[in-house]
Amino acid sequence: MASSDALLPISAREEEPLCPYTKLPDGSRSDPETHPRRRRPYKGLLAVSFGLLLIAFYVALIATQDGSRSNEAANAIDETEKTTSSSRARLAGVSEKSNDGLWKLSGGRNTPAFEWNNSMLSWQRTAFHFQPEENWMNDPNGPLFYKGWYHFFYQYNPNAAVWGDIVWGHAVSRDLIHWVHLPLAMVADQWYDSNGVWTGSATILPDGSIVMLYTGSTDKAVQVQNLAYPEDLNDPLLLKWVKFPGNPVLVPPPGILPKDFRDPTTAWKTPEGKWRITIGSKINKTGISLVYDTTDFKTYEKLDSLLHGVPNTGMWECVDFYPVSKTARNGLDTSVNGPDVKHIVKASMDDTRFDHYAVGTYFESNGTWIPDDPTIDVGMSSSLRYDYGKFYASKTFYDQNKGRRILWSWIGESDSEASDVQKGWSSLQGIPRTVSLDTKTGKNLVQSPVEEIKSLRLSSKKFDLELSPGSVVPVDVGTATQLDIEAEFEIKKESLDKFFGDASVVAEAEEFSCEKNGAGSTVRNALGPFGFSVLATESLSEQTPVYFYIAKGKDSKLKTFFCTDTSRSSVANDVIKPIYGSVVPVLKGEKLTMRILVDHSIVEAFGQGGRTCITSRVYPTTAIYGAAKLFLFNNALDATVTASFKVWQMNSAFIHPYSEEAVRALTRT
Amino acid sequence: MKLIVMVMTMMMISEGSMIDQTCKQTPDFKLCVSLLNSDPRGSSADTSGLALILIDKIKVLATKTLTEINGLYKKRPELKQALDQCSRRYKTILNADVPEAIEAISKGVPKFGEDGVMDAGVEASACEEGFQGKSPLTSLTKSMQNISSVTRAVVRMLL
Repeated sequence: MASSDALLPISAREEEPLCPYTKLPDGSRSDPETHPRRRRPYKGLLAVSFGLLLIAFYVALIATQDGSRSNEAANAIDETEKTTSSSRARLAGVSEKSNDGLWKLSGGRNTPAFEWNNSMLSWQRTAFHFQPEENWMNDPNGPLFYKGWYHFFYQYNPNAAVWGDIVWGHAVSRDLIHWVHLPLAMVADQWYDSNGVWTGSATILPDGSIVMLYTGSTDKAVQVQNLAYPEDLNDPLLLKWVKFPGNPVLVPPPGILPKDFRDPTTAWKTPEGKWRITIGSKINKTGISLVYDTTDFKTYEKLDSLLHGVPNTGMWECVDFYPVSKTARNGLDTSVNGPDVKHIVKASMDDTRFDHYAVGTYFESNGTWIPDDPTIDVGMSSSLRYDYGKFYASKTFYDQNKGRRILWSWIGESDSEASDVQKGWSSLQGIPRTVSLDTKTGKNLVQSPVEEIKSLRLSSKKFDLELSPGSVVPVDVGTATQLDIEAEFEIKKESLDKFFGDASVVAEAEEFSCEKNGAGSTVRNALGPFGFSVLATESLSEQTPVYFYIAKGKDSKLKTFFCTDTSRSSVANDVIKPIYGSVVPVLKGEKLTMRILVDHSIVEAFGQGGRTCITSRVYPTTAIYGAAKLFLFNNALDATVTASFKVWQMNSAFIHPYSEEAVRALTRT
Repeated sequence: MKLIVMVMTMMMISEGSMIDQTCKQTPDFKLCVSLLNSDPRGSSADTSGLALILIDKIKVLATKTLTEINGLYKKRPELKQALDQCSRRYKTILNADVPEAIEAISKGVPKFGEDGVMDAGVEASACEEGFQGKSPLTSLTKSMQNISSVTRAVVRMLL
């Protein structure tokens, strides 16, 4: 809402005398006064008097409202006697941190008093997920492969375990799994990024050099785009970065607000041989993606058209745009185009904290893109998401080393900030995933943890079990806090036939969702749910089930859902415990498969080869260290399920803290 | 000239109820209005400004609650453990949540402000639950929860 106080001098409200019956906000009466004494032209005098009358009207408006409320101001903080009224507020968008669930006071009921101790908190740190040694991290930035090293940059707060004072952290790895921390790549040392060195992306030029475009928050908190490049291209570790002296290279264009302009993408080639980038923004509540062309990354022409926009989706953050092959599983360089290629537009929705994407067609002649299915366009509530759990600000890059497209993602905490401050850190990155178009359905992406993660696999155990209805089976694998599980499930044919033949089984597929209140994994239905329960205590007082739920559709077809239920993951009262998940496409003849990575306070689950993925953060208080166990369960009322699976113990990735020595050793390898 | 004056009228009429319009979209209109009107900056602030005023109220309330907690150590020594927890949590509100929210809103990334503001409510609730039904801070807890909820609604308008 535009502030119009520029039109109204402050003095007019506070001091200017008006109608003698007007009570000024501070309660005192004003003395009547004559009009301004200076001689003015007749018309001017009329206008001024009219203006004063309007001012009078305005003040009268305020005064009548203020009079009744001035008493309450003093008391407001001491006590609010009424409970919150039924909300006229429509909290736009869904946030997992719902107010209602969290604020039920114990009031008489004996909920055991719970306290975090350092043992519980230090267990939460992961063994093989990327995280800095301490403090806060958020968005992945500028991932790239160069001279034998995978580089990863990230939004980092060097001073606290909450967001703020953002600079670029940096780390390198040979294999996307074993990382070495390096010194900060960029800090907030210029006027054009003094309020934050924010998210950006790298483009590798044909001559092998690198340009980095990133958003700076200027000394006046305006969002601008800046150019940076490695100081020394001969340094494979790219330790030092230089900011282009002519920064910023882009400022918010007309019609775009100064705080709605951020997260430039990797560039791709246009038919004219120029480079093209896109930057997310919004106009009112329409999320959009602006397009700019450049030859040198220093000067740009803005296209009149947008890459795309979708009404009512709010601000588009961390936009990503890239080609995928329709026929093959390998990745494609960002500039690739052709008949066998589709393009993905992805955006992180500020309103809901969900990352949405859509598959569509890119028209390179005018730099626009349209979705294949407009009913699930980017950002709509029903549109596809990379991940149905805690997952945001994701970014892909083309790994020219192995010809694949890799997806990074920021996985925030779901605990209280008091815990983050106490444990001294906050946030993880998801395990990098290869991402490609599902060649079987053609309508969605599939993701999988990078192959290199298998190098962490230690001993394994193989199991083939038949799960009778209602069974809960402990799976003996020793310690169960660092695991890689690959499983295949099959419902016995007789059970399925019976299910289809049973008219009393209600068709519920249309209304079902994993998040449905109270359902979760405790419900018992004809065909399940069934799956694993990870980070579970012996008595199941704490547990995190990852499972399939099969519902009957109206047309007698089956609809399969893949869910993670964190509602019983911890008895702590200050952590968020949602039930996550979504429908997962299952094609004829396919068995149900899932893969689960367990790594202390993070669980990454992949359904049906990565068609539906769910990342969860969990904070058990007793299902930790040696007390954490693995279970298999089948809640079906009638159906028997066979489970064939392998469980690996996972080694730590031994992520290396920064040291000059380590870096010297690296440069020699 | 007359057109300008007319436009001014329209704007001034709507200007007068900026606080009203904003507060109508929060879960507690009355609380919201009284908090904003009690601050001299309220009548001329834009949405960001209103959010910052409310965050300031959170800060004031947290400080007040910490003072209360400190006083309770002597009066209710049997509550020491719960008071220790509460002290930690209210310090988090002051040292982590509030600065985070102020920075985020000032710089136009309100989602981190929403996180900070919501966490204030979480910390207050968690502190309350530590007393297992016999809390001496209930009224202050409710205030924090309510202010947090109202502030969150205003911050969300910035998204």
